[in-house]
Amino acid sequence: MLRDKACIVGIGETPFCRKPGSGLSEMGIQLQAALAAIEDAGLKPAQIDGILPFPNVGKSEAFAAELGCSNLRFAATVHMGGAAPVASLRAAAMAVASGVADYVLVPGGWNGYSGARVRETAANDLNSIPGGAIARDFYLPFGLTAPPQWYALMARRHMHEFGTTEEQLGAVAIAMRRHAQLNPAALMYGKPLTMEQYLASPMISSPYRLFDCSLETDGGAAFVVTSAERARDLRQDPVFIMGAAASQPYPADEICGRPDFHRIGLSTAAPEAFRMAGVKPEDVDFAQIYDCFTFEVIQQLEEAGFCARGEGGAFVENGGIELGGRLPVNTHGGLLSQAHVLGISHVVEAVRQLRGQADARQVTNAEIGVVTGWGDFGDGSIAILRR
Amino acid sequence: MNAARADHAKPLPALTGLAGEFYRWCAQGELRFQRCEDCGRHRHVPRELCAHCASSKWVWARSSGRGMVFSWTDVVRPLHPAFAEDAPYAPVIVELDEGVRMLSRVVDCAAGELAIGMAVELVLTQVSDQVWLPYFRRSKD
Ligand SMILES: [Zn+2]
Repeated sequence: MLRDKACIVGIGETPFCRKPGSGLSEMGIQLQAALAAIEDAGLKPAQIDGILPFPNVGKSEAFAAELGCSNLRFAATVHMGGAAPVASLRAAAMAVASGVADYVLVPGGWNGYSGARVRETAANDLNSIPGGAIARDFYLPFGLTAPPQWYALMARRHMHEFGTTEEQLGAVAIAMRRHAQLNPAALMYGKPLTMEQYLASPMISSPYRLFDCSLETDGGAAFVVTSAERARDLRQDPVFIMGAAASQPYPADEICGRPDFHRIGLSTAAPEAFRMAGVKPEDVDFAQIYDCFTFEVIQQLEEAGFCARGEGGAFVENGGIELGGRLPVNTHGGLLSQAHVLGISHVVEAVRQLRGQADARQVTNAEIGVVTGWGDFGDGSIAILRR
Repeated sequence: MNAARADHAKPLPALTGLAGEFYRWCAQGELRFQRCEDCGRHRHVPRELCAHCASSKWVWARSSGRGMVFSWTDVVRPLHPAFAEDAPYAPVIVELDEGVRMLSRVVDCAAGELAIGMAVELVLTQVSDQVWLPYFRRSKD
């Protein structure tokens, strides 16, 4: 059992930017975030003996060489796209709980705006397309080439079966934007969004409009995990990993033929994580939900058990997921309004909330928080954290 | 000039392995799916084994080419240069009478008329020397 055996002890982020770009290499931006996380923990880079890089943006060998980690004992990459950081958080917890490593770094970052865009890598790099040859042979020729198009097919079916509305998708975008007004680091700080503006934004791939889509960003983020025992001696109050799990939809490499079209990785992972943690969704004070697009928030809230399948649209309405609502979601503004840094910032923000370091957007008396990841064709990961 | 044309060439399936067999049937004017010889279930996309009974025995069984729209999206802003001139266009998931679902495209139908449950029929369309894609259109009857 993994419960409370491991802690997040360090977090770090770079500034987020779009134009004119970070001016850093993809490795450089990740190293800046990694150093910040290691410093936050009160560690020296050489003490890191485990590294779990995000898929396709860096190798553990390079991180270890740059950071002077001459005693690297554990390295792996979880190939789950945006679900990788939280799945890596679980792998890091397993490693430190079992003694395989002492201090594990989970870094990530990219020049997601000024460098290669996802729309390019998802169509041109067979290693970056979920499904690989299946997408090449059976999706791309038909013009299904990019994530908003894959996920739009899921959103449209949900709207048909459960009556989920465009305004409910808009409520997600608006909630994230409201939270970003409380976060000076967010790209959309100082740029509030109304429902009228949301509905007037140009259609990308229906039902997704421009403001349903996350912000391709240049930026990096990282966190450090160690055992509960070692965490006591470090600089910051530890954040305990109560439960963590990761799973995939079935089949994971093909969207259309799924026997249960709405079942995603989180459908399996969330019950496992809550069981491990010994708490229920209603015990949770906030959730950082991977929000690559608005509907994915609704679907994950349902499949994680915060509401029943089909009720996610009503759940997000009327401020339900805003600060002060029944479950504040993405208090930093999320991928939609803070920055898309591969979901690592969701972990960083959860830690800030549980340390009481979230400034104007602090959830009062936050004790238990959830963070999720979503990647590829619906892979899912979840961690339940406590202070 | 050639490089520019190559950049904007539409992506095509690789005509190797099981996908190659699938598309060679399309080039002969037939949509066929694998049908398990042991349990009789159809499957798509092509796989080596039947996920229901683990059988490795199958035949390419001809599809009725009839089905209905299971889900759809209207791509207004194409995110791949090769599809810039197609926009708006409509990737759809079609559920065929055989029970399989496939990603395709509905042609000859305005986005405002697309609807889940709409009956559609196969229209094989040549897109290169060797490749015919199984598109669909609204059923005539
Ligand atoms: Zn079978």
